Amino acid sequence: MFHREAGNFKTTYASDMALFPLPITRWTAAALAVLFIVIVPLVLHEYYLSIFNLVFIAIVGALGLNILVGYTGQISIGHAAFMSVGAYTAANLATKLGLPFWVTLPAGGLMAAFIGTIVGIPSLRIKGTYLAIATLASQLIIEWVINHTPAISGGAAASIQVPRPTLFGIDLKSQSQLYFFLLFFAMLAIVATMNLARSRIGRAFVAIRDQDIAAEIIGINIFRYKLLAFAISSFYAGVCGVLYTYYFGIANYEAFQINVSIDYLAMIIVGGLGSVLGSVLGAIFVTMLPIAIRTVVETFGGYIWDTNALSAVAASMRLVIFGMLIILFLVLEPEGLARLWRNIRNYFRAWPFSY
Amino acid sequence: MTAMMSIDPATLPAQVLPEVQLRVDGVSKRFGGVTAVESVSMDVVKGQILSVIGPNGAGKTSLLNMISGFYQPNTGKVMLGGKDITARRPSEIAEMGIARTFQNIALFSGLTVLDNLMLGRHVRMKSGVLSSILYWGPAMREEIRHREACEEIIDFLKLQDLRKVQTSALAYGLRKRVELGRALALEPSLLLLDEPMGGMNQDEKEDMARYILDVNQERGITIVLIEHDMGVVMDISDRVVVLDRGRKIAEGTPAEVQSSPAVISAYLGVKK
Repeated sequence: MFHREAGNFKTTYASDMALFPLPITRWTAAALAVLFIVIVPLVLHEYYLSIFNLVFIAIVGALGLNILVGYTGQISIGHAAFMSVGAYTAANLATKLGLPFWVTLPAGGLMAAFIGTIVGIPSLRIKGTYLAIATLASQLIIEWVINHTPAISGGAAASIQVPRPTLFGIDLKSQSQLYFFLLFFAMLAIVATMNLARSRIGRAFVAIRDQDIAAEIIGINIFRYKLLAFAISSFYAGVCGVLYTYYFGIANYEAFQINVSIDYLAMIIVGGLGSVLGSVLGAIFVTMLPIAIRTVVETFGGYIWDTNALSAVAASMRLVIFGMLIILFLVLEPEGLARLWRNIRNYFRAWPFSY
Repeated sequence: MTAMMSIDPATLPAQVLPEVQLRVDGVSKRFGGVTAVESVSMDVVKGQILSVIGPNGAGKTSLLNMISGFYQPNTGKVMLGGKDITARRPSEIAEMGIARTFQNIALFSGLTVLDNLMLGRHVRMKSGVLSSILYWGPAMREEIRHREACEEIIDFLKLQDLRKVQTSALAYGLRKRVELGRALALEPSLLLLDEPMGGMNQDEKEDMARYILDVNQERGITIVLIEHDMGVVMDISDRVVVLDRGRKIAEGTPAEVQSSPAVISAYLGVKK
């Protein structure tokens, strides 16, 4: 948050490398934790909690995609397909074998990681736009395979009902129960990504993004690390798909089509590539935007449009505003919301003495 | 004076027999119809500074690329300490202790000086995915240990005030120095420097020459140097190899090479 760093001297490397190096940032983090763990679920209505829940799921997926696109610099337009791999793996394990979520969740992630690694193999040969098309193809292939294999998709409708996750004998079915469930995994994903980004593996990813020749010359095996990035990223995507499935109580391939892949790309572009904060802000922004647009259109749209047409107007307004925002971000602030936040913070760091 | 001089181990007494660290054995590299390097052989003796000189397009960088594994030679072998490294990946060769810098600086521009150096220590670190994600524990202790090693290099290269500056914000000469630091962070036994003083002014060149000598003498790192500044080359090299149009035309001490007629004609042409 807003703070100045005067008089802050570090005496150990550990304190220099801490996630929250200053007392004030530690206090801010603690305050945020209290806000989200205690105050938000106490104060807010179930409807608002359901929005938070969707945001938490999106955070996991956005972080995963950012590891691949933002940190490692490998594009993927097939991320929703990895989510569906996780979703159907968990749904089948939960319904056919009756396994609990703490088994199906990592299993879904691992299965997605496995498929993601295979999809990542072309990245060893091709880059940029070509890789984008290759991952796009994998999105369509995975979608088709799931849809046309009854053993995976569970029949003609290609959807599988899953039982609610249970914890200590309690079925998690109300929005506030699911809130804590999903908050836990969102926090876990955030902390895991922050740690990954500041350690040996994360640095190697960034090295491949910035200068792949130099990365190879200092001993980073590009082949291995690109595949590792695909694996870790699709693991997050798989977990995201599993959470989605448990949240809605159903695994359905329609929830993981190409438009979802694009939504997640939009999250990390609007939020900020190669930034944990960016993934979080982007997930919040892209999840909330359609809800905000619908609310605005339904409240004030009656003056302009026919009341019966409002839901259609809201749906198309979403696409228009969404596309416009992505263009604006790419042109005006390619580093996204995370950069905007840094700019604001840096302004106040020296304020009111700007030099 | 003969143009071609090379160390013949049989003529030297046993106790001063130099240990050959890197042996380049008849390597050639062709790109389509162009022969960049043609059956070049040289021995790099442990602890020495060997310079490779030659006019533009002589094949110096191609030779370095074959040693560090970027190019696969069409013929010939590269041996490091008796091991054949010809077919290894660049990352494997780095792990075996060969570090290098590039003619047109290849730093990670989005990262700080410190992170660039920490990346240099990649092969010396062990943390995998799980311990990185858990971080508090072995991974953090490892980070601190290697941070200390990087700080030692930062002190050596006088980069203290720049450790948290993004390398894209640094001046040209400083970037060259950071790149040297990143190569040193790998703790190499052999360092390949591709024009470390290219584009520098006199002061920067002198600084860089001093660092190269320090690296060689204090750290005992063998150096293969490509450089165009003849003054520097003749001052700091133990041996000089001269390439012209892909072939080796001379090898010897700086004094021997300077007086070689083949070298003079390659650089200055022949009087008609």
